Amino acid sequence: MQERSKNSAVITVVGKDRVGIIAHVSRLLADSQININDISQTIMDDVFTMIMMVDLEHMTIDIKTLADHLEALGHQMGLSIRVQHSDIFDAMHRI
Amino acid sequence: MFNDQEILETWRMFQEQHLDVRTITMGISLFDCATADSEKTCQRVYDKICRKAEHLVSVGSDISLEYGIPIINKRISVTPISLIAASGDTSDYLCYAKALNRAAETVGVNFIGGFSALVHKGCTESDRRLLEAIPEALATTDMVCSSVNLATSRSGINMDAVRDMGHIIKETARLTADRDAFGCCKLVVFANAPEDNPFMAGAFTGPGEPECVINVGVSGPGVVRTAMESVKGADLGTVAETIKRTAFKITRVGQLVAREASRRLNVPFGIIDLSLAPTPVIGDSIARILESFGLETCGAWGSTAALAMLNDAVKKGGTMASSYVGGLSGAFIPVSEDEGMIAAVEGGHLSLEKLEAMTSVCSVGIDMVAVPGDVPASTISALIADEMAIGTFNNKTTAVRIIPVPGKTVGDTVHYGGLLGSAPVMAVNPQSSEAFISRGGRIPAPIHSMRN
Repeated sequence: MQERSKNSAVITVVGKDRVGIIAHVSRLLADSQININDISQTIMDDVFTMIMMVDLEHMTIDIKTLADHLEALGHQMGLSIRVQHSDIFDAMHRI
Repeated sequence: MFNDQEILETWRMFQEQHLDVRTITMGISLFDCATADSEKTCQRVYDKICRKAEHLVSVGSDISLEYGIPIINKRISVTPISLIAASGDTSDYLCYAKALNRAAETVGVNFIGGFSALVHKGCTESDRRLLEAIPEALATTDMVCSSVNLATSRSGINMDAVRDMGHIIKETARLTADRDAFGCCKLVVFANAPEDNPFMAGAFTGPGEPECVINVGVSGPGVVRTAMESVKGADLGTVAETIKRTAFKITRVGQLVAREASRRLNVPFGIIDLSLAPTPVIGDSIARILESFGLETCGAWGSTAALAMLNDAVKKGGTMASSYVGGLSGAFIPVSEDEGMIAAVEGGHLSLEKLEAMTSVCSVGIDMVAVPGDVPASTISALIADEMAIGTFNNKTTAVRIIPVPGKTVGDTVHYGGLLGSAPVMAVNPQSSEAFISRGGRIPAPIHSMRN
């Protein structure tokens, strides 16, 4: 199990598959010094889903700006892109 | 790390199943605001609320954003005003409601609760003045909510106050007749009112509460409804287990929000109220959960049993997830706020009598029910008395939030919009209870109140 920093988040991308999803999202993250720890992709019920574990430790913007940028990108690409602090998944799935 | 399944489960809960934190409610004690000069007291009330809750809304929004959890309402509950105003020099308590409303506007919360009195054994002079001021207070303010505790299992039912509340509810309806008696949506009467309830209209900060406290109410009927799909045809033990697990996850979300809010606001955490609270949105209905148990419509025979099991399973899952569970906790069955309940009433499948039976096992009571405007005050009082008896004699909280809509009759629907939804006007038994209600006095506490 990989050690997570206290400031990790999960980015979920859900929608129709198309060229360049990873490229666009990772460029946006790289521009703000956000490191990607893990990526996985699956097709569930015909819906493309990509899950990224990211480290916000050295992020140069605040999380609100990041959320806004991701949402704008999602809008542009016809996808739903959300960022959530990983504590929420800890709370729900780990005792 | 988490697996994809877990992450997508969470994603679906928020995106598709309407999971949200219904409210972060800050409880603020106003005891230190009381003075002999009412005007000065009002100023101190206003100042203290603005000081304590200055960052409530922004902190709520920040948490919502960082965790991707919708937080629908930010609210304030205060010490019952009848206690704070008692030593003041005015007999008109409207000024206190206005001060609360101004404070709510300034800090930007959705509602403020605590224009309240605890009169389960009797009224003080101050309680009486507060009760008198309720109709006008609710008619002239937007955000102030009012609650009155009429009964407890320890002290019985104050039938004088039950009688008076019938008139107060009618008067509130009359003064807000132009808005379909909207004032009554902000007024609730209780048996065994919880002192830490974060939900409106019944939130107030009880005398046993600390200086300032954060209480959180979670929601999530949609999540339970979806979980039910995975146990189609299974026996009821399996159903209960599934609900319990789901309630656990929902409550943990509330716990996280409560902990963060408490830390950031530097205010102690009080309780999580893990009530399943419906909204008028499709898929966010308690009635539909009951129907997923196998009932054709909510209101069919079996509805009370299904609701009892749902309510209990939610509590069990919640208590595993948080050590401080309080408030009301269980399942709410407001009619106007629940798309499935509305459909059941409109279809003629859910009567007020069946709803009353269901309240004996749910977490609140007759909630957001519209009735014809010409129902006599004594009948409203008698309905309240029945509901108070259910709470008092079964050691539980019950409440009544009833709306006698002037000019409306059975078959009409009134629309309040937002979370309050639309209420079909329900039929009320026309037989008179006038002589019973006019007796007044107190119904003694039940024998099992003597537990000392």
